[in-house]
Amino acid sequence: MEQQLKELQTEALAKVESAEDLKQLNDIRVAYLGKKGPITEVLKGMGKLSPEERPKMGALANEVRAAVSSAIETKQAELEQKAIEEQLAKETVDVTLPGRQVEMGNAHPLTKVIEEIEDLFIAMGYSIAEGPEVETDYYNFEALNLPKGHPARDMQDSFYITEELLLRTHTSPVQARTMEKYKGQGPVKIICPGKVYRRDNDDATHSHQFTQIEGLVVDENISMSDLKGTLEVFAKKLFGEDREIRLRPSFFPFTEPSVEVDVSCMCKGEGCRICKHTGWIEVLGAGMVHPNVLEMAGFDSKKYTGFAFGMGPDRIAMLKYGIDDIRHFYTDDVRFLRQFAEHE
Amino acid sequence: MFVSYKWLSEYVNLGGMPAKELAEKITRSGIEVEGIEVLGEGVKGVVIGHVLEKEKHPNADKLNVCQVDIGEEEPVQIICGAPNVDKDQKVAVAKVGAVLPGNFKIKKAKLRGEASNGMICSLQELGIESKLVAKEYAEGIFVFPNDVTPGEDALAQLNLDDEVLELGLTPNRSDALSMLGVAYEVAAILDTDVKLPNIEFEEAGERAEDWIKVSIEAKEDNPIYIARVVKNVKIGPSPLWMQTRLMAEGIRPHNNVVDITNYVLLEYGQPLHAFDYDRLGTKEIVVRRAQDGETFVTLDDTERTLSSEHLLITNGKEGVALAGVMGGANSEVVEDTTNVLIESAYFDGQRVRQASKDHGLRSEASARFEKGVDPNRLQAAADRAAELMAKYAGGEVLAGSVIAGDIDLEPKVVTLTLEKLNRVLGMELQKEEVEDIFRRLQFGVKTDNDQFIVTVPTRRGDITIPEDLVEEVARLYGYDNLPTTVPEGATYPGGLTDYQKKRRAVRRFLEGAGLNQAITYTLTSEKKAKEYALETRELIKLAMPMSEERAYLRLSILPQLLEAISYNNARQIDSLGLYEVGSVFLKEAGEQLPREEEHLAGALTGVWEENQWQGEKKAVDFFVAKGILEGLFAKLGLAERISFERAQADGMHPGRTAAVVLDGERIGLVGQVHPQKAKELDVKETYVFEVKLGPVFAAKTEGVTYEPIPRFPSITRDIALVVNADVQAGALQQIIREAGGSLLKEVHVFDVYEGEHVEAGKKSIAFSLKYFDPNKTLTDEEVVKVHDHVLEALRDQAGAELRS
Ligand SMILES: [Zn+2]
Repeated sequence: MEQQLKELQTEALAKVESAEDLKQLNDIRVAYLGKKGPITEVLKGMGKLSPEERPKMGALANEVRAAVSSAIETKQAELEQKAIEEQLAKETVDVTLPGRQVEMGNAHPLTKVIEEIEDLFIAMGYSIAEGPEVETDYYNFEALNLPKGHPARDMQDSFYITEELLLRTHTSPVQARTMEKYKGQGPVKIICPGKVYRRDNDDATHSHQFTQIEGLVVDENISMSDLKGTLEVFAKKLFGEDREIRLRPSFFPFTEPSVEVDVSCMCKGEGCRICKHTGWIEVLGAGMVHPNVLEMAGFDSKKYTGFAFGMGPDRIAMLKYGIDDIRHFYTDDVRFLRQFAEHE
Repeated sequence: MFVSYKWLSEYVNLGGMPAKELAEKITRSGIEVEGIEVLGEGVKGVVIGHVLEKEKHPNADKLNVCQVDIGEEEPVQIICGAPNVDKDQKVAVAKVGAVLPGNFKIKKAKLRGEASNGMICSLQELGIESKLVAKEYAEGIFVFPNDVTPGEDALAQLNLDDEVLELGLTPNRSDALSMLGVAYEVAAILDTDVKLPNIEFEEAGERAEDWIKVSIEAKEDNPIYIARVVKNVKIGPSPLWMQTRLMAEGIRPHNNVVDITNYVLLEYGQPLHAFDYDRLGTKEIVVRRAQDGETFVTLDDTERTLSSEHLLITNGKEGVALAGVMGGANSEVVEDTTNVLIESAYFDGQRVRQASKDHGLRSEASARFEKGVDPNRLQAAADRAAELMAKYAGGEVLAGSVIAGDIDLEPKVVTLTLEKLNRVLGMELQKEEVEDIFRRLQFGVKTDNDQFIVTVPTRRGDITIPEDLVEEVARLYGYDNLPTTVPEGATYPGGLTDYQKKRRAVRRFLEGAGLNQAITYTLTSEKKAKEYALETRELIKLAMPMSEERAYLRLSILPQLLEAISYNNARQIDSLGLYEVGSVFLKEAGEQLPREEEHLAGALTGVWEENQWQGEKKAVDFFVAKGILEGLFAKLGLAERISFERAQADGMHPGRTAAVVLDGERIGLVGQVHPQKAKELDVKETYVFEVKLGPVFAAKTEGVTYEPIPRFPSITRDIALVVNADVQAGALQQIIREAGGSLLKEVHVFDVYEGEHVEAGKKSIAFSLKYFDPNKTLTDEEVVKVHDHVLEALRDQAGAELRS
């Protein structure tokens, strides 16, 4: 009987080893370990054994049962793993095929530039002020120290609607309107972005509609060196830490003194096409708010001083992205617009 | 303003400073030098030649064989085709080996069998613009005056060894519209003196006042008028140095008298006019406003119709010059003029501006009057012209000037404290440093304690207030020396307003939804300005549009956005989505300014979702466009307050257009562009929306409030209804909502079906209803009660039957 059991174990283990799938294995389990299996059959002959041998045989039979059972379990785990692997192998995809695109749009390059500038000044404590695109002659010119007949009005040939109404030629009227709202009480610290309009024929460098951003700070003891410092921070943040600025005297009717602000070119002074070989790029107009402008807006020019600056996002975007034709901004060719999708 | 380096150095010692360096200094101190023109650039080997012999070319009618002395041992033979070449002329000769502009090299040549060893040059061939060449030499070679020597450098004689600085003047710096003005500026920069011209001439015994009377009727327009008379002039060419200087400044030489007035204009910045005294017709000058409709022929032989806005110089009867703008043909200096009246006057800028604008006549003279001339130079300029006419036109200057009117010649006094100066600049300048800058500018300065009392010469009419002095100090001290600080004081609450934040959120949402931001033109045509308007208004038109395409302010954004779609479609881009946020302009009765309303517009066309290798393609349809809006309103917390109603609008598909309704008010539209309209606009099937942002942003200003996460289960019931085909899902939903009451948490459509198994003229719509009580677990009985009520309402109000 002992011999029989050992043979059974060897036979069962060999079958378990050669089982190819879970079904075969289960058949083996039923065949050998089931109630009608051979081990049970063998144990039925236990009655013929001596009482001393019985427990021995019982133990041996249990050992055989355990060995087979354990082998089955091991084999089962192995086969299950194999089955999963086979299933996953069937699920393999070609990872080089393109992914399913999430179609995203993006902001217009001018908006990107304007928002970047807005955020930069917001971080310095500025608010965003906005105003109408159709303006009165008063706010567009007179309140900015450009009385009727002033020769400097020629600098900004305008689209009039009536004698008193026109499309604003700059965002400066927003400054005048905002200052009035403050009723002579500083501080004022604002950035004014928006569309402006001038009588220009549209070509690669001119557009009858373009954008502008102006800034204004009015408080007691605001100085020209505050202006220079502020614009230096701005230029370094917008164009890069290695950039410098320089101020050149200029003229605007609404500021005195007035300066033009150049930013050093990315060629680091070596001279290139962009800077016309000067090493400097003109980016801003700026100055100390003219006392007439302060007074007209209700501020005491003896107590308050202020600075203002203005720049053209169109020009900045053209410089920044190397765009050669301003008309691209207003044609809305998606082959152009989609180029500005990248985060910078 | 063009500034000849050589001419400038007559007034200021430039110490041989290279023009480029000088230009940089001028630019950094206040006047931008926009360019430097190197005259005679690329020209080499051109000398004075003396034409000794001229014979007809034996084989060519139009050519001459010349023997020319060029200062070498033997004369050279040169073939010349210029019609005006002649024996005994002094001419410019490009020798063999010479180089002319465009790298044109002169070589030995044979022309129709005759040797030619060089070239006799016209001024154009030496690089001078045709429009600057005096008329008599325009078609041929240039002939020098006789006092030049063969072999000497012709370029130096022609001032082609000079450099010209081009100044970009801002409107305030009209003082630099003259050589003397520039000289003062440069002298201040270099800290040196100005050498003024030394005017010397003899006056004849006769007195000018016996020849001419001057009276001014329009004193405001013309406070002062100075006349000088020069008799017995001989009209001829002006001296070569004068001609070449004029050419360097961009003015074409004419004759000595005219050239002298132009020369003095450039030197002093004071425009002069020379009349032929004898052709004036009377012995008087009367300055008055023109009469409306009065006609006058200017010296360009054009008849001008004047108005009372124009100032006219008359001989007491009729016009002889349009003041400050252009002389009359009737009194112009001509070849046989012998007596000249020189006008040096102060004309009001606005008056001159009006006339030059009305008649399209901008000139060197009008530009200066418009900006205001220096009253202290009127007499000097008249004297200078008289001197030069005596010297170079052989004239005799009559004694005295005839002066009508007067003008304030007193310099302005402006005061500034050191404290203010330093406060505005943020600097700590010393009194002496500031005084020194005023001295360099040749301003008078006295110091009273901390106060500078500055006497500003009348040439600097732009300086009137203390801030102007601050600028003078700052620019000459140098902005590079300005410290850099940032504003101190109270910290300011900065940041975006609620409106601005929402506008940014709208942009981000639409970009996330796949639309690209567009920016179109605000100005458009009459037709487009009205199309797709959410509110109609009388259009706002520009007074003087540049074109009819850009003449009106828009009432909506969509027409422009559709134009952009069409532009892209025409370039094989069939699938795209654009949005724009911008203003439209609504004329309001009784208001001066139109109401500017910010709108959001979008346009979508083509394939919306696509995966090529998986063969998926979904075209844009009504529900894509609507879905974008729904998502946007959900983002803004308005999902419950927005609804869509079927609507009709011009240019829109009659069955696929909805009004966007916020709290019962129509604020926009969404739908398909009418196929006929799409065809007209050259766009493919396109879906659009336009919404007013104002009410949308104002609708919900409070932030998000937390709602507890449900602790009790909800119960869902699906129903399929059969209704008449024209019943709208929205209406059914509304009935369900009302009947469902507070226990009905959600309702949405999950299926719409028409066709087989549904009776003709009917459709099936399936809704999923979710019931929920936040305070307890709902029982079946409670749900059945409400649900039955819903079904009953559907049956009663919409004739909806449950589909079996
Ligand atoms: Zn560069």
